Amino acid sequence: MATLGMPASVPPDPRTVLSRHPLEPAARSWLTDAEARIAARPDAVRALFPTARRHCGRARLDAHWTADEAARAVLLTALPLTGAPLAAELAGLFRHGDPAEQRAVLRALPLLDTATGAGGEPLADLALPLVREALRGNDSHVIEAALGPYGAARLPDAEYRQAVLKCVFQEIPLDRVAGLDTRADAELARMLADFAHERVAAGRDVPHDIWPFVRAHPARAALTERLTAETRAAAPERREAAERALKALR
Amino acid sequence: MRIFDPHIHMTSRTTDDYEAMHAVGVRAVVEPAFWLGQPRTSPDSFYDYFDALLGWEPYRAAQFGIQHFCTIALNPKEANDPRCRPVLDELPRYLAKDRVVAVGEIGYDSMTPEEDEALALQLGLAVEHGLPALVHTPHRDKATGTRRTLDVVRESGIAPELVLLDHLNELTVGMVLDSGSWAGFSIYPRTKMSEDRMVAILQEHGTDRILVNSAADWGRSDPLKTRKTADAMRAAGFDDDTVDKVLWRNPVAFYGQSGRLDLDEPKPDEESSFQGNSVRRGGE
Repeated sequence: MATLGMPASVPPDPRTVLSRHPLEPAARSWLTDAEARIAARPDAVRALFPTARRHCGRARLDAHWTADEAARAVLLTALPLTGAPLAAELAGLFRHGDPAEQRAVLRALPLLDTATGAGGEPLADLALPLVREALRGNDSHVIEAALGPYGAARLPDAEYRQAVLKCVFQEIPLDRVAGLDTRADAELARMLADFAHERVAAGRDVPHDIWPFVRAHPARAALTERLTAETRAAAPERREAAERALKALR
Repeated sequence: MRIFDPHIHMTSRTTDDYEAMHAVGVRAVVEPAFWLGQPRTSPDSFYDYFDALLGWEPYRAAQFGIQHFCTIALNPKEANDPRCRPVLDELPRYLAKDRVVAVGEIGYDSMTPEEDEALALQLGLAVEHGLPALVHTPHRDKATGTRRTLDVVRESGIAPELVLLDHLNELTVGMVLDSGSWAGFSIYPRTKMSEDRMVAILQEHGTDRILVNSAADWGRSDPLKTRKTADAMRAAGFDDDTVDKVLWRNPVAFYGQSGRLDLDEPKPDEESSFQGNSVRRGGE
């Protein structure tokens, strides 16, 4: 398991990404002006943050950023706040945000976690309540953003495993989930193996991207045994699901 | 046939309704913020409701191929409860959202001084945010209430074409169209307005600035009434283009005045495998 509290891996700088792309002149000047207003008076962010998509559009800029999320990240990094006051402003934006805004807050957390500024307090775990609230929801786009580098670096083991399993249920591809390379452990493998068995017993398919995590742990042997027993089940769809799962697990 | 239901409370409806609506041609809806069967007693339950209108409901709708937009306001009935009034102070935050295409439902329920104040204040917010206004007309004393609503609209300074007065009938449609505002009709199984009466109104008043909705909610109502009205129009001899105007182009024109009716937006759930499955809720 990763050491908790370590700085998360940081996404590409949204300012750099935005500067390389042709943003409409009106959008660029809106963004520059909005940044300046927020730097001068932080609570200006409350009216500016919701309108960013209407000004900057939603075009995809690179593998990580769309124009609206990059612009919203720029607005958040312009906040002249650190520590608890920063966390409070983020909590307000999240509380009153629509799903696109909530996602943008979550995706900006790794940037805010490192940018402590001169004499500023770190964000540390102060935004973790937002991650937890997002993980209790049902919108897969928000859940996916909650399990980005900030959440993945800071959630305790049990919560991280539950969050990964929830992603599997939500059909969020696991290659979009941060932290698995260091945090996937034997207990998560056991949970995924139980999930696979449950699916097979229901005659359903198992998402293929869980297999690498099961294979790497002792859960593999136990699951192989249980799936082999399922190949003798009375219901044909259950037997067939077991055969398919066994083939994928090998 | 493409249908835009300009007034429907999907929060109260099931995924079966979404499937049935899509099957008859509904591709876009506007869900106005309103009262629920059970009165609320604190601002926080409004904020959770607004969050659902901006979050969960569009997410659900998208999984059935329907675009979901909403209107936000403190409704007239609950504007009378001093415990709910602080909602008015937080409205600007919500009126800034991308999927909010009007201020509404505002208007009168019992025509109290509190309702007067909330109506005038929220018409002012519509002007300030460049949004249209969806105005509910009262069920009791409707003609008087509609006249009084039109007076307040005039005094507010909002352009009449930015205002939609809803739940109209044979006795209130004339004064609303004469004022330059839009006229909305809620087609209900037993009350308000029926398909056949609606057809008669269209024959008498034409199809300009007229919207037809199901206003389906938690009461006895039918989310397919828009399609049933379209069928009644065709049976009465209206051509397909006129049906398309009333059931699609008119609501697009009215809510399009917000500048936020992005009907081309990519479906947020393109990668989901909802076909043959139920709405995803993280525990199935």
